Amino acid sequence: MKIVACIKQVPDSAAKVVAQDGQVSWGDAPLVINPWDEFAVEAALQQKEAHGGEVIAVSMGGESAKEALKHALAMGCDSAILVSDPALAGVDTQGTAKVLAAAIQKVGGVDLAFFGRQAIDGDAGITPAQTARVLGWPMLGLSAVIKVDGGKVTVERSIEEGRQTVSAEAPAVLSVVKDFGEPRYPSFMGIRKASRADIPAWTLADLGISAPAPVVAWPELMNPPSREVACEFITGGSPAEIAEKLADKIIAEKVL
Amino acid sequence: MNTWVYIDHFKGEVLPASWEAIGAAKALGGSVTALVFGSGVDAVAKSAFEFGADEALVADDAALADYRAEAFASTLSALAAERSPDLILLPTTTRGRELAGMAAIDLNTGVLVDVIALEPDGNKIVATRPIYAGKLLEKTVCNARPQIVTLRGRAFPKPEAQPGKPGTLTQVAAKAEARTTVEGYSAGEGGVSLTDAGVIVSGGRGTSNNPALSAPAGMDEKAAEIWKAQEGFKLVGALAEALGAAVGASRAAVDAGYIPYAHQVGQTGKVVSPDLYIACGISGAIQHLAGMRNSKMIVAINKDADAPIFKVARYGVVGDMHQILPALAEAFKKKLGK
Repeated sequence: MKIVACIKQVPDSAAKVVAQDGQVSWGDAPLVINPWDEFAVEAALQQKEAHGGEVIAVSMGGESAKEALKHALAMGCDSAILVSDPALAGVDTQGTAKVLAAAIQKVGGVDLAFFGRQAIDGDAGITPAQTARVLGWPMLGLSAVIKVDGGKVTVERSIEEGRQTVSAEAPAVLSVVKDFGEPRYPSFMGIRKASRADIPAWTLADLGISAPAPVVAWPELMNPPSREVACEFITGGSPAEIAEKLADKIIAEKVL
Repeated sequence: MNTWVYIDHFKGEVLPASWEAIGAAKALGGSVTALVFGSGVDAVAKSAFEFGADEALVADDAALADYRAEAFASTLSALAAERSPDLILLPTTTRGRELAGMAAIDLNTGVLVDVIALEPDGNKIVATRPIYAGKLLEKTVCNARPQIVTLRGRAFPKPEAQPGKPGTLTQVAAKAEARTTVEGYSAGEGGVSLTDAGVIVSGGRGTSNNPALSAPAGMDEKAAEIWKAQEGFKLVGALAEALGAAVGASRAAVDAGYIPYAHQVGQTGKVVSPDLYIACGISGAIQHLAGMRNSKMIVAINKDADAPIFKVARYGVVGDMHQILPALAEAFKKKLGK
C-alpha cells in the first residue's frame, strides 16, 4: 500500500505568540511538527505495518519544514518530500489543498492520504476535506478508529453526537484525531536515518501547476484584549465557609 | 445582502450554533435563507423560520437521511452556483467545517473559519477569527463569491424563537452521489457538549492528589494514581451536575489517562467560551489558557497560590479541591434550590 502523510511545521504549542508590526512572532520558540499531524503519521505507519507498503511524508513550506519532515522520518516514514516555492507565500487553504493534491498525484498510485485534524497555527481544519475534494476522493474525517480490508477503508469518526462508522473504497483522504492513540516517539535508529536523509524539494513547476491565486486575505493581525482581572481570593475557616462565600459571589455575577 | 445559513442537524437534532448563525445573518440585514438537508426535515425548516429565517431551501431526500460530506457539499454547491448568494454562514461544527471547505473548492471561493465577529462593508464581510488557539486574532476577508464563513458556537447570541412564525419553504433537488457509506452510529456519553456549554467545570492533575484517599490494595502506582484521579473527577462531575455544566479537563489529566480526550480543553483539545469556567486542580499551562481564556468569568481552585491559572481568574481559592468541591456543590444546590 502506498500511503502519504501530509504534515505541517508550526511553532511549538508552548510558544508565546504575539502580533508584532503586523507579523506573527513566536520569539525563540522552536518550530515543530504540528502536534495533530503526529497522529496522522502514527496512523499511516500502523497501516503500513499491517498491510505492507511505504509511507511518504509530504509537507508544504519553507526550507525549515525539512526539520518537521525529519521528525516524520525518525518516527518511521520511508521517505519525505518538501513542496516549496516562493510563489506560495500568502497561499490560503484552498491553494494549499490544490498544491497538496498535485503533490499526491505526482507521487502517484497513492491509496491513502493521512492528515491531522487541523494545524495549531491557522486552526482552520479544512485543508484535509479540501484536498479530498480537489482529488475527487472520499473524505473520512476525524477518524478515531481505522480499518483497512482490501481496498475498503472503514473508520469511526468522532463527531459531536458520538461515533459514526463510515466506509469508502481507496483511494481516500483521512484525517486523524487524538482518540486514535498516542503517536510513537522517534527511535534512535530513526533519528540517525533521518539526519542523513536527502529530502527532495518540489517546486510548482515540478508539480506542473501555477501558483493558486489566493481568494482569502488577512489584512490585519491583532493581539487579543488582555484579561485585566485581579483575582479576588476567597478565604475562610472551613471548606463550607469558603464554598458559601464563593457560591454567593458567583451567583451575584449572574453567570449561571 | 442575501445570506444563507446552513442548519446543521444530526437526525433532526439541530446544533444550537445554527440558530446563532441565523441571528448573526439577521444582524447583517437583508434576507436570510436557511438551508435544510436531510430526510423528513420539515420540522427543522419550521424551527429555522421561528428563529428568524425568511425562507428555507429544503433538500428532502431519502438519500440524504445520513450525513455524507460529499453529497451534502454537492447539494450546497449546486444550489449556490444556481442562485448566487452573497454569503453562506455555517456553524463551526464537524460537518460545518467539512461542507464549507468542500463547497469552497467546488465554487472556486474561500472559507473564513471559526469566526467570532462579522462586520459588513457593503456586500463584503470583514470577519474576525482567533488563530493560534486564540493567542492572536486576525481580520480576514474572502475576495470571491459566495463568501463562505463558519461561526464559532456561543460567539453570537441565540435569537429568541417566535413560535409559529411562518416562512417560505422551497423544495430543492439533492445531489446524492457519494462514495462514502454510513455503516452505523453509536451515541457519545451524552451530557452537555463543551463547545455549547454555558458553564464548564474542569479538572486537572490535581484531581489525583487527594491526601485523604488511599487506593484499593493490589494496584500498582499508576493504577492507583488513575483510580484516585477518577475519584477526584467524580467531585468535578458532582459540581457540574449541580450547575448543569459540562465537564472539562486539562491536557495533563487526559494524557495521564484520568479522563477521555473528548473532555480536553486547550490548544490541542476544544476551545471553549462559557459564561463560567471553574478550573479545579489545574495549574494553567499556556496551552490550556489559550483554550479557555475567552470564558466570561473564570474561577480557580488550586493548592498552589502561584499557579498561573489565578492570573486569569476573577475568583480564586487556594486550597484542596477535594474539600472545596463537595462543599461548593452543596452550597449551590441549597442556593439555587435544586
